Amino acid sequence: MNKVIESSGISRSFGKTRALDNISFYVDEAEVFGFIGPDGAGKTTLFRIITTLLLPDEGEMKVLGLDSTKEYKELRKHIGYMPGRFSLYQDLSVEENLNFYATVFGTTVRENYDLISDIYSHIEPFGKRLAGQLSGGMKQKLALSCALIHKPALLVLDEPTTGVDAVSRSEFWDMLAKLRKHNITIIVSTPYMDEAMKCDRVALIQNGKILDIDSPGKIRDGFSRKLFSVRSSEKFRLITALREHPGTVTAYPFGDSVHVTLINDKAADSLYDYLIAKGIKDVSVQETEAGIEDRFLELMEKGATA
Amino acid sequence: MKDTVISVHNLVKKFGSFVANDSLNFEVYSGEIFGFLGANGAGKTTAIRILSGLSKPTSGEVNVAGYDAYRQPEQIKMNIGYMCQKFSLYEDLTVKENIILYGGIYGMSKSLIKERLAELLAKLRFQEYENRMISDLPLGLRQKLAFSVAVLHDPKIVFLDEPTGGVDPITRRQFWEMIYETAERGITVFVTTHYMDEAEYCDRISIMNEGKIVALDTPGNLKKQYNAESVEEVFIKIARPVKN
Repeated sequence: MNKVIESSGISRSFGKTRALDNISFYVDEAEVFGFIGPDGAGKTTLFRIITTLLLPDEGEMKVLGLDSTKEYKELRKHIGYMPGRFSLYQDLSVEENLNFYATVFGTTVRENYDLISDIYSHIEPFGKRLAGQLSGGMKQKLALSCALIHKPALLVLDEPTTGVDAVSRSEFWDMLAKLRKHNITIIVSTPYMDEAMKCDRVALIQNGKILDIDSPGKIRDGFSRKLFSVRSSEKFRLITALREHPGTVTAYPFGDSVHVTLINDKAADSLYDYLIAKGIKDVSVQETEAGIEDRFLELMEKGATA
Repeated sequence: MKDTVISVHNLVKKFGSFVANDSLNFEVYSGEIFGFLGANGAGKTTAIRILSGLSKPTSGEVNVAGYDAYRQPEQIKMNIGYMCQKFSLYEDLTVKENIILYGGIYGMSKSLIKERLAELLAKLRFQEYENRMISDLPLGLRQKLAFSVAVLHDPKIVFLDEPTGGVDPITRRQFWEMIYETAERGITVFVTTHYMDEAEYCDRISIMNEGKIVALDTPGNLKKQYNAESVEEVFIKIARPVKN
């Protein structure tokens, strides 16, 4: 299989801040590859290097077989980039924006219409409306249409779902799934852990370093300890009691429960009685399966102690 | 009996002929973590502006922290706190200056501000940052400080807008522990968010759609009612009932 991206030892600093620290990975053709990490992890810096908009201090970035620092002119023709901040012309209409992007890349809307029809058909009825007056979900659809209109081999999406509501977010992932049939390679960044499951492979990224790269299922399975989901109606008292428990290794709130790891099975057996003795109400303790976020937390802890 | 800190009856807010809030009814209790959800444009922002004394209802009864939204918006403002992810602290002021500024805005005495400042710095292990500009702080610390500043004056209610969006998983959990602790102290925490996993942490949530509250219950009960694994699934079922 062809490698669409090959990054070896990429580093980049801004002043004293090391935004990217020795980043190596590859992306296969037609993969949906996710970079999952919080704000400030280095996702945008990495995407700017991939898209030839920023030079690395060290390392080599090959994209579509081209060197992103030297062959940027050729490479730019084949990349569709949707930056995190809405970057279309707000004072041009929907149609004008799309035509503009098509023209810049030397093509026409008609030529590649079938590629964007699933997405663009949602906003086509508003073709005369100024881009600045669209709702969040519609802006996102227009930006994606503009990024695709020259039929790029690689689509780069920087936090496309940040700040949009859950419905638009789920629609967006449906649209990406449909793009697969066109054989476009997609890299996408997101701070939402749950979106990792929609990618073929993901890289967990934190403080400029990659913590792990694998399929989301395998990353999740990398969680090495038994995990318990502990519930009570008194959340703060529950967490406090868990922290005081000598058998607790970690205790993290997870929605309506607390995910707990313990030093051994004996500590697990006695946990319920301990919490009851502490006077915590409505306690339940259940063994549970780890998710991606549990694994991310585990990797962060290891990073902190390493 | 639970104390009610927000009570809303038949709240209507119109802009011209557009009905942004269409007869809202709900109560929020003291010490509760209440999630206020809805799609973009559902009317959440309009409602929050009314609840925080920035805008007046067209009709209906709204009482916040014991004050009436028509006649006592200034008292409401003095009894609530507010924090949003985008902006809460002045980046070109130091940690200490921000705390003094907000304390002054909330009408706290100089001695009380000094006391709170010391408490806060100790609690957040922030001493070394006291004279640093906000712009020099890591994002996680900034968020925690912003929250602490929003409850500096012991408000009855604190409004949080997407409080943990974009922060790393560990910081996010430390933040929720701060929220739990605040609620334990009896301060009501009113959370609006697009992040459905933040909603999972709330005691109760309401979901708005096209100006109306269409669901209001504990996350657990809503998941049961809609036969859903997550609040996200509930939300999608409600906001997108029969498409695809």
